[in-house]
Amino acid sequence: MMSLDFSFLTWGVIQSFVLKGFFFSVQLTLVAMVGGILLGTLLALMRLSSKPWLVTPAAAYVNTMRSIPLVMVILWFFLLIPLLLGRTLGAEYSAVITFTLFEAAYYSEIMRAGIQSVPRGQVHAAYAVGMTYPQTMQLIVLPQAFRNMLPVLMTQTIILFQDTSLVYAIGAYDLLKGFDIAGKNFNRPVETTLVATVVYFAICFSLSMLVRRLQAKIQIIR
Amino acid sequence: MANWDWQVFCKSTTGDEVSLRCFGAGGDTTYLDWILSAWGWTLSVALLALIVALVLGSLMGILRTTPHRKLVMLGNAWTELFRNIPLLVQIFLWYHVIPALVPPLKGVPSFMLVVFALGFFTSARISEQVKAGIQALPRGQRYAGLAMGLTLPQTYRYVLLPMAFRIVIPPLTSEAMNIIKNSSAAFAVSIAELTMFAMQAQEETSRGVEIYLAVTGLYFVSAFALNRIALVIETRTRVPGMIGAK
Repeated sequence: MMSLDFSFLTWGVIQSFVLKGFFFSVQLTLVAMVGGILLGTLLALMRLSSKPWLVTPAAAYVNTMRSIPLVMVILWFFLLIPLLLGRTLGAEYSAVITFTLFEAAYYSEIMRAGIQSVPRGQVHAAYAVGMTYPQTMQLIVLPQAFRNMLPVLMTQTIILFQDTSLVYAIGAYDLLKGFDIAGKNFNRPVETTLVATVVYFAICFSLSMLVRRLQAKIQIIR
Repeated sequence: MANWDWQVFCKSTTGDEVSLRCFGAGGDTTYLDWILSAWGWTLSVALLALIVALVLGSLMGILRTTPHRKLVMLGNAWTELFRNIPLLVQIFLWYHVIPALVPPLKGVPSFMLVVFALGFFTSARISEQVKAGIQALPRGQRYAGLAMGLTLPQTYRYVLLPMAFRIVIPPLTSEAMNIIKNSSAAFAVSIAELTMFAMQAQEETSRGVEIYLAVTGLYFVSAFALNRIALVIETRTRVPGMIGAK
């Protein structure tokens, strides 16, 4: 049994190694969440439209993204973005683009279920009072769909936060990388991995408790 | 981008010479040999982890539906613990921390450590599905079993589980497909599986697009094959008279 020694983890070490990564992970999660929900809603509307030229590409996009491992998607974008742009973009920006486009596929499935959960009568009623399609979606359907799906969207965001650790594959500096580098610098990988576990668990567990309370609070009783 | 060079798979991994049959001869390996062996590693990690996950996940899911408060708490704690830690962190935990804290585990190959990491991670999700499957059954079934004089384990074995497992086949199928996708995280501890192959071969050959396409295709094929197998199991185990049965 080896002895654990956490004494090297001073505030200074945390500040210089971990905080930078933590902020990047949070940033990546927030940007990908907002971008992913916007793009995902658009994809969901495309899939639920009656025009085949909108349905097919949206369905193909969502199904492709959902059947490839995230690590491979991260590697793909890291390889393709410089080929398409003609210059390198850096692992961090590449990660932001990848996660936004990847999570859009998952958010779109949630939004699709959300839109389908709104009773049909609501749409007919909106058309009956003379609303156009954009008005119906914006004022009647999407607000209800969003509210119904809020807990699921938040759960997906927790998964997204966990998945941001996979940017390890392209060497972007995130929370896990911060702990990893600190561990290598002080030759204490056991301790830093333990602390990283506790930090990730504390964040994800408290967020999922919040989601549970939110769920009880916003449920529409029909 | 337009000029493909699929010949890269016939190249030797040590030199530049191109093997005519694309498979290396006499101790020489080509990239084709390498990718096939990497596929084998991916499938072995995923399938062994699936077994670990099914056993542990079912057990924890069952515990969460028993009338015993302590067992329910154990099942809940297990699920929350393994669901709220990222997979990559769990892999590092098994790789760096557990062998250091538990000396007998020092000699265990990293392949097995990844299998356990992936299996424990997925068991939390499977326990949710199994719990939901058992709770989906009418409450009367449990009472009927107990009223007939069956013990609690017998009630589970002969009354509840045969139905519950049939109900959860579709969600379990998607978990099994997830496990193939998630096995890609094993690259982080240098298991020679497909993602690791993709990263290394891309660097060595700089034919990234061809390499990545082949690897992505193999992930696709694996998940699809699993999906078909699950469909066969689902049709074979259908109960006459239930929704979905012929």
